[in-house]
Amino acid sequence: MSETANMRVFRGDAESGDWQDYSVEVEEGQVVLDVIHRIQATQAPDLAVRWNCKAGKCGSCSAEINGEPRLMCMTRMNLFEPGEQITVAPMKTWPLIRDLVTDVSFNYEVAKTIPAFKPRAPEADGTYRMMQEDIERGQEFRKCIECFLCQDVCHVIRDHPENKPEFAGPRFFVRLAELEMHPLDTEDRLELARKDAGVGYCNITKCCTEVCPEEIHITDNAIIPLKERVADRYFDPIRWLGSKLFGRG
Amino acid sequence: MVEYERHDYDVIVIGAGGAGLRAAIEASAQGARTALICKSLLGKAHTVMAEGGIAAALGNVWPQDNWRVHFRDTMRGGKMLNNWRMAQLHAQEAPDRVNELEQWGALFDRTDDGRILQRDFGGHRYARLAHVGDRTGLELIRTLQQHAVHNGIDVFMECTVSRLLKDGDRVSGAVAYWRESGNLLVFNAKSTVLATGGTGKAFAVTSNSWEYTGDGHALAYWAGAELIDMECVQFHPTGMVWPPSVRGILVTEGVRGDGGTLRNSDGERFMFNYIPDFFAAETADTIDEADAWYEDKENNRRTPDLLPRDEVARAINSEVKAGRGSPHGGVFLDIATRRSTEYIRRRLPSMYHQFKQLADVDITAQPMEVGPTMHYIMGGIRVDADTAATTVAGLYAAGECAGGMHGANRLGGNSLSDLVVFGRRAGLGAAEDAAAQTSAPETDDAQVEEIVAEMRAPFERDGAEGPYDIQRDLQETMHSLVGIIRTESELLEARERIDGYKGRAANVGVYGHQQYNPGWHLAMDLQALLTVSEATARAANVRQESRGGHTRDDYPGPNDAEWGNKNVVIRQGSDGEMEVTTSPLPEMPAELQELFEE
Repeated sequence: MSETANMRVFRGDAESGDWQDYSVEVEEGQVVLDVIHRIQATQAPDLAVRWNCKAGKCGSCSAEINGEPRLMCMTRMNLFEPGEQITVAPMKTWPLIRDLVTDVSFNYEVAKTIPAFKPRAPEADGTYRMMQEDIERGQEFRKCIECFLCQDVCHVIRDHPENKPEFAGPRFFVRLAELEMHPLDTEDRLELARKDAGVGYCNITKCCTEVCPEEIHITDNAIIPLKERVADRYFDPIRWLGSKLFGRG
Repeated sequence: MVEYERHDYDVIVIGAGGAGLRAAIEASAQGARTALICKSLLGKAHTVMAEGGIAAALGNVWPQDNWRVHFRDTMRGGKMLNNWRMAQLHAQEAPDRVNELEQWGALFDRTDDGRILQRDFGGHRYARLAHVGDRTGLELIRTLQQHAVHNGIDVFMECTVSRLLKDGDRVSGAVAYWRESGNLLVFNAKSTVLATGGTGKAFAVTSNSWEYTGDGHALAYWAGAELIDMECVQFHPTGMVWPPSVRGILVTEGVRGDGGTLRNSDGERFMFNYIPDFFAAETADTIDEADAWYEDKENNRRTPDLLPRDEVARAINSEVKAGRGSPHGGVFLDIATRRSTEYIRRRLPSMYHQFKQLADVDITAQPMEVGPTMHYIMGGIRVDADTAATTVAGLYAAGECAGGMHGANRLGGNSLSDLVVFGRRAGLGAAEDAAAQTSAPETDDAQVEEIVAEMRAPFERDGAEGPYDIQRDLQETMHSLVGIIRTESELLEARERIDGYKGRAANVGVYGHQQYNPGWHLAMDLQALLTVSEATARAANVRQESRGGHTRDDYPGPNDAEWGNKNVVIRQGSDGEMEVTTSPLPEMPAELQELFEE
């Protein structure tokens, strides 16, 4: 019961590139990544694509499918009309390496700038107590598979690459919020969130939340609370006066 | 003279899943200059796919639990083929490693009094698996990754190691290439840790990711190290069977741990018909007792749905063969009728998501269709239990690529704990070894030249057969002839076919450029895949009995007198051919043997 799909895949490298059309057999239940693999195996053995688990757990196969940031392994072919042309392009926000593979090292560099988790002292028996309701928000954030689709779609850096040095992006606001809300953590990262990570650049258009394959409420649960905490500390006039008079924030 | 980047380290760690990350963290903490080299981006390794949990006798849910009970379960689950010392260290140290993950930021699910919650899993006497819903592997790898980035470890991402280098009898580093550019690197290292995972990509139906091409097993073998138990391959009983493109993707044992049950096309809970004598005393034989066990473990025995994986996989195989399978060739796994929607979505969010998105199945309302999928290789590089040293100087191994810990069959949850217990020990062993070296090893350019010539040769053969068909044929052969049930004639046939694939692989051609060229990468990975496939096929023919993850149709049942105390050992002979021998298991001390006399 196979059908033929009309795939239009971006081929190229940092210097140049163009769309290439492929006609490919598709079987029941297949996803876009299956079709890309079939192109590799039968028509273009050098077609570059990054993937690992093919089960939506590792976040490697991010791409823009018909213009929408998605995981190729979780995009079923039956989402599209029979015969519809399906475009597959690399993520736009990152420098292109080749074909569908981009240079996402920006994200690994930002990760290094976030101070490590620093727990308070444990209980007398050497372990910790935390209530389930106190960690549920953190667990939501830790579902992140680092597919970087939220980073890709965020227009602060997608449309303005010059902002990259001053903006960590939604993935790292999720990380900062997670640490900020971790019941055991003692480190203060609000100054970082405000200044180097640039949470103020976000104007809550929720594009990141819409593309998150893990359905993390990035804007509502991570970014807005982070903005509020920053505002409370740095822009609350009474706190500001207190810090000036007594040297406390 | 070939051009390459040269890097000098005290310790290099190859592979950045749980074992590699933990090894690198430890080596670095010991003061060794440490590099971590991985084929993918950091945080994408196969560990990320582990679902159910990490086994550790914390005793948070059942205070009766302790390392001795965990040790006993592990050995019995492994059909006593395990290296007892590894199983002991694992059971003793797993709780510390789990608590350490919490100190590094992991957020495990909690008990009502705020401690780490533990869930039931196959072969474990008590609820023992610390977990985060059904995405525990992601929590483990992210915690280690986030801890590691602040520890001064140099990470080489999307960098594949092709061969190890030797200085005399000692491993002295590795030759690698950047996937992005195809450019070469030579690592000069005082000691080397292999943490490359398993061999699943040799099989057609597997839960494993593309990286699982047996690299570490093969690198060690080519460098002269011994492999053991390569015939012991775990087929996880519950992989997805439909649609075809997702066949093999894992369905966590946590579904059964949390109350799910297996049924055949008659609706029968067939596992009650497959309780082996070996586990009869500890397994419920009525539905009432099985269902009561979830709440009361003192007065009831464990449900047969949670027999060790080898038993369940064989049972499913038999049901399907007898014509009692599901429409797409599996059996039914039902949690919908047994637990509330709210409970299922809270406990098994990834499973809910996975079935909904990939198969249009709502697991809170419908049964899943599941069947066996190649999941794990118990066999691996022979190591010293305490230091993770292989049989070659300067070379260490941990995690799935190391052998011995799990014997003939691994219990669920014992893999994540294995990674952190022996990852740490390998990092420690390698760092101490490196510190004891008075000088850096020499790099032999002739060796490098020879390796590089072999790596690049496929480009000279543009127009020859590509690698994709060879891999597909190999996967079909391993699946059909060296799979869940084996027999001598088929194993010999598999050997013959593998010889043929080796011939084809020696003449494989690739097309195009060196920059991120997946055809070329696969052409190189094929060498390792063929080596580990041959090892499994040969070892499987030598062990003339059925034990754990090795089932012989022509030798049904275990033969304790002949095979119960032997490892099958693989090494490269002086003529370059693969040699298969046996060696006796290390003898368990009397005080541990007593644990098995109850």
